[in-house]
Amino acid sequence: MSDVVVVDYGAGNTRSVRAALAHLGASSEVSSDPEAVLAAKFVVLPGVGSARSAMEHLRETGVDDALRGRFEEGRPILGICLGMQLALAASEEDGGVTGLGLLAGRVKRLEVGRVPRLGWAMVDPWGDAYYFAHSFFADSPDTVATSEGISAALQHGSFLGVQFHPEKSGAAGLNFLERCLCLA
Amino acid sequence: MPLPRLIPCLDVAHGRVVKGVSFVGLRDVGDPVELAAFYSDGGADELVFLDIAATPDDASTMTSVVAKVADVLEIPFTVGGGVRSVDDASRIIESGADRVSLNSAALADPSLITAIADRFGSQAVVVAIDAGDGVVHSHGGRVATTIEIVPWAVEAAARGAGEILLTSIRRDGQRTGFDLELTVSVRSAISIPVIASGGAGSAQHVADALRVADAALIASIVHENPAGLAGLRREIESLGIRLRPMKERV
Repeated sequence: MSDVVVVDYGAGNTRSVRAALAHLGASSEVSSDPEAVLAAKFVVLPGVGSARSAMEHLRETGVDDALRGRFEEGRPILGICLGMQLALAASEEDGGVTGLGLLAGRVKRLEVGRVPRLGWAMVDPWGDAYYFAHSFFADSPDTVATSEGISAALQHGSFLGVQFHPEKSGAAGLNFLERCLCLA
Repeated sequence: MPLPRLIPCLDVAHGRVVKGVSFVGLRDVGDPVELAAFYSDGGADELVFLDIAATPDDASTMTSVVAKVADVLEIPFTVGGGVRSVDDASRIIESGADRVSLNSAALADPSLITAIADRFGSQAVVVAIDAGDGVVHSHGGRVATTIEIVPWAVEAAARGAGEILLTSIRRDGQRTGFDLELTVSVRSAISIPVIASGGAGSAQHVADALRVADAALIASIVHENPAGLAGLRREIESLGIRLRPMKERV
């Protein structure tokens, strides 16, 4: 069995996440099989695509319940960008989408600055720059780190979510992913 | 605002890097994978690969280059040239690119911008504008259209583009500095970020561009000395531009 299951939504870029994991010596597989999601040591919910189609895919495959099951058992899940946003109760994206409800709060459209918010930005209180590419953000009491006042990392129980892309954030991102894997 | 980005641009033809990359420190200057890793280590914030041949026969070659680059690169990268359909964009993004750049295909069919943005999000769609003599040019800058630059940038943003890559044809390759006036006129008309391109000849030029744009595309200034990228970053920072702090692996 692989060390990590990267959840497949049927769209988008899972290759970069797997490449970063491989760089850290972790084997991974892309799967939308609920059994695999339940059994894995570590699960990554990656971040490309639209909220509505991603949620529909999770429901159709039963991966939504598998993720809730893992969460209730206290087993680790890392959500990246859209993968983090899907964990909240609801999103404004695509005219309103119901999320997994693993994190409190709502996903809202960014209204300040240039949108999409693209590029490297500092994350406080961690003190490193990570790569962001997003038009929506998490408005959540589960926020544990911010970037320019915007939620950058959220945690509740065994779910850790990040708005940035650790797999695209150079050495800082690899350091972050390695800490996640060590904690798992 | 996120920190301003320094983006080396690599021209690729038939799967090989072409044009102006010098030999220092590289085993194979034509290998996009090796060069990408080298620039990433040197402090590139992002990379752009432009397939300048982009014949239909090259599509599968480019896809395999994208996959190999994605396997070694831990910074974002954009692929342009030859993206003419949602399928082309899907192929490139699913191979590991973060974004695609549209140019002539978006001019011919602006709905392509929306179609790709709907599937992958606006952040995945860059619209490249080649600007010359007040009008947009197509086909690698060779063909002048009648489309005005600022209105086209506004339309591209409204249709779902996530960033504009704005090249001054007149300045491109001249190394006399970016066209700051052009950059300001486009960026002030839209609310998506803008990459300034064309004219980088010195750290001062890049610093000037980064004061009015979200990112600067650089080509010959780094290709003639790929090992000099880290020094270029330090020089730009000494001119008062805050770039992303480089981090070591722990």
